[in-house]
Amino acid sequence: MEQKIALELKNITKTFGSVVANKNVSLQVRKGEILSILGENGSGKTTLMNMVSGIYFPDAGQMFIDGEEVVIASPKDAFKYKIGMIHQHFKLVDVFTAAENIVLGLEDEKGFDMPKYIEKIREITAQYGFELDPDKKIYEMSVSEKQTVEIIKVLFRGADILILDEPTAVLTPQETVKLFAVLKNMRESGKAIIIITHKLHEVLSLSDYVTVLRKGEYAGTVKTSETNEAELTEMMVGKKVFLNIERSEPENCTDRLVVDNISCVNREGIKLLDSVTFTARSGEILGIAGIAGSGQRELLEAIAGLQHIDEGKIIYIDPKTNQEENLRDKSPMEIRQMGVRLAFVPEDRLGMGLVGNMDIVDNMMLRSYKKGKSVFLQRKAPKSLAEDIIERLEVVTPSSSTPVRRLSGGNVQKVLVGREIASSPTVLMAAYPVRGLDINSSYTIYNLLNEQKKKGVAVIFVGEDLDVLIELCDKIMVIGGGKIAGTVDGRNTTKEEIGLLMTKTSYEDNVKKGGSDNDEKSE
Amino acid sequence: MKKVNNSLHTSHFSSPFHIVKRDDIVWWKAWMFRVISVILALIVCGVITISLTGINPVKMYLTMIEGAVGTTRLVWNLFQNTAILLCVSLAVTPAFKMRFWNIGAEGQVLIGGLATATCMIFLGGTMPTPLLILVMLVLSILAGAVWGLVPAYFKTRFNSNETLFTLMMNYIAIQIVAYFTLEWSVPKGSGTPRTLEMGQLPALFGQKYLINIIIVVIITVIMYIYLKYSKQGYEISVVGESENTAKYIGISVKKVMLRTMAISGAICGIAGFLLVAGTDHSLKSDTAGGRGFTAIMVSWLGKFNPLFMILTSFLIVFLQKGASKISEVYRLNPSFSDIITGIIIFFIIGSEFFINYKLKSNKKETEAERC
Repeated sequence: MEQKIALELKNITKTFGSVVANKNVSLQVRKGEILSILGENGSGKTTLMNMVSGIYFPDAGQMFIDGEEVVIASPKDAFKYKIGMIHQHFKLVDVFTAAENIVLGLEDEKGFDMPKYIEKIREITAQYGFELDPDKKIYEMSVSEKQTVEIIKVLFRGADILILDEPTAVLTPQETVKLFAVLKNMRESGKAIIIITHKLHEVLSLSDYVTVLRKGEYAGTVKTSETNEAELTEMMVGKKVFLNIERSEPENCTDRLVVDNISCVNREGIKLLDSVTFTARSGEILGIAGIAGSGQRELLEAIAGLQHIDEGKIIYIDPKTNQEENLRDKSPMEIRQMGVRLAFVPEDRLGMGLVGNMDIVDNMMLRSYKKGKSVFLQRKAPKSLAEDIIERLEVVTPSSSTPVRRLSGGNVQKVLVGREIASSPTVLMAAYPVRGLDINSSYTIYNLLNEQKKKGVAVIFVGEDLDVLIELCDKIMVIGGGKIAGTVDGRNTTKEEIGLLMTKTSYEDNVKKGGSDNDEKSE
Repeated sequence: MKKVNNSLHTSHFSSPFHIVKRDDIVWWKAWMFRVISVILALIVCGVITISLTGINPVKMYLTMIEGAVGTTRLVWNLFQNTAILLCVSLAVTPAFKMRFWNIGAEGQVLIGGLATATCMIFLGGTMPTPLLILVMLVLSILAGAVWGLVPAYFKTRFNSNETLFTLMMNYIAIQIVAYFTLEWSVPKGSGTPRTLEMGQLPALFGQKYLINIIIVVIITVIMYIYLKYSKQGYEISVVGESENTAKYIGISVKKVMLRTMAISGAICGIAGFLLVAGTDHSLKSDTAGGRGFTAIMVSWLGKFNPLFMILTSFLIVFLQKGASKISEVYRLNPSFSDIITGIIIFFIIGSEFFINYKLKSNKKETEAERC
């Protein structure tokens, strides 16, 4: 059967200031076909799709829908051509039900008829195999359910071309499998589907064709059945990359940080951390896996002295004296003054770890500016540290006096990690240290973490990519709903095992949450 | 191929250009934009002047310059006014750098002035003048600092909105000062403010404003060094850029906030002291004269850099003086001088837009590629 081309892009170019986001990109997607757009972060995947969905307007190039040239100047135009995009960040009203969100903004000349709409929503869910309760409120939903609402929303409006931006970034492996099944059903019914991703195994298991972008440029399109991971990586990066993370055997492990039964409750009385107990040992990388927002951030911040702890204690064991110190209720400054060398690479690099508008030298100073009795700043030492890091970690920057916000994501992270490692820590915590980084920078970071491990640092690594966690970490602790669901050995675990632990807790959590919500309603 | 694309997009796109953020701009280009904007402003003002009043704009501008720097007295007056405005602007700058929107400078100045006037009235004659002046200075600093600390305390304690709080504190200060002005007026209750004889700042080299100017120059230098090279100045920048980073590093945000607002209020207090003891020798509820608000503009236009702020405060005072002369000479409604000042400031602020952004034509694709 000859498949008709649903969407075709020819030589699309888009620039932002001096940054070329897309340059002469062309692609085609046919009806009843899934196309992956593969590329590293910052390679222009999302920009390209934003042009298709009318958020940006291309500087040059042509778009064709069903063979006709079209101009998409606004999301309304995209809608007219039956293009629907599911963004990475959901745009839903929390206090509305699924159905209310789906019909929100709908202009129906025949009048507003909710029962009819709900009927239609049920038809759609049945047709493609979704699981969704139209009357459930958004704030009661898991991330995966919210995503389902977003997808049904565009289907409800009759979209024939669906674009999904990194749909699996927030899903567990099991939820991903479900999503893929639904997408395959849609393909069977003749929809054209584009998914934006940077995960290779997803590309291979799901799509028919892959279009690869590299630094905003079109790197080619290949048939999925005729390619493999190595070839795709090479297309993405532009050169051969060895995708192996070295993992040395841990040596001379001693207990360094003992987190003993800590709990944190927020203002609304919800437990952010629930009786968390674990031990981080020197010379080991302890991975923390879990669905985003399961308490990873709170846990690291609690250790770093940024999160109020309601119960439990955090014991730091000094490597030289073996003295035990309780870090609970200590501010970051106090922790440093106690001589505890705790380095923390937070998730929010420019909003927490660094100051975007300050230059590299001033950012180096963040940790050390208080040193000395003088009321004036000493910029000499931070300047040489900055230059040292720029050289050693190959930071691409015009100079050490460039504001860090002007650097690319990978270079920002090198500056931050470099600074944190420079304090020769005994405990190093890193939250999503490779998020948004290209493959080469990611490997630089993995190597740095491994180096620290060999030096006898207790490394705590919060990650989202299970493949990486399994390759890099000695132990992997799974956290869900603020609780530790289990700890597995990185050397002999599987993604499925970790995935099960991830879902186990989140399921229990949902049941509990749903129950308490009902209680509130009945009052 | 490319030509086809060109015609395609121009024919469909409604607006002829779109806005693009600049990466960086060389300093001379930025200044060129600023100069061009002033020239454009003068042209637009000229057109408006002719069409509304029929006055020759060139003559009008000459009158303006004459009004600002026409005589030696006027020049001193200009410098004195610039100094006071700069002083208030320097006061609000550390708070603004910390993203604490202190729009209560007006009240902080007045309270400082009130403290000074109180000393002059009640302590005048009881101690030697240099000591009296010192007491006046210290008390005005304290009064201003307290007026600045109150909103900061409530912000750190209850997370109240500092913009509203500092604004409200202005009205309280104005009413208190209005009460005492009436109380102290001669004859009592007449509303004519009393001339404060004791504790006036001395004239240096025969120039009565020189001491004001010297004090403000010193404050400017100190503030520049404080913000750029001191540890406290660094903390202010970190808190202003990102409170999360400040917490992450272990800077006590509350402490920095209180300390900085105390400094901000204290310098406003000094401005009040200079106004009452060095300039007006009297206290009225409009002694601050809106400088507390104008200072916000000076500070922003000067990009929170004390050295740039010398320029911006001079420019604004120059415009004000010159424009009021126009109204006087040509017997125009005083609003007309406000219109002229407004247009010029509008263009100057507008130039900042072109320094940060550029317009890109949708027609010329080649240009898009070049930059």
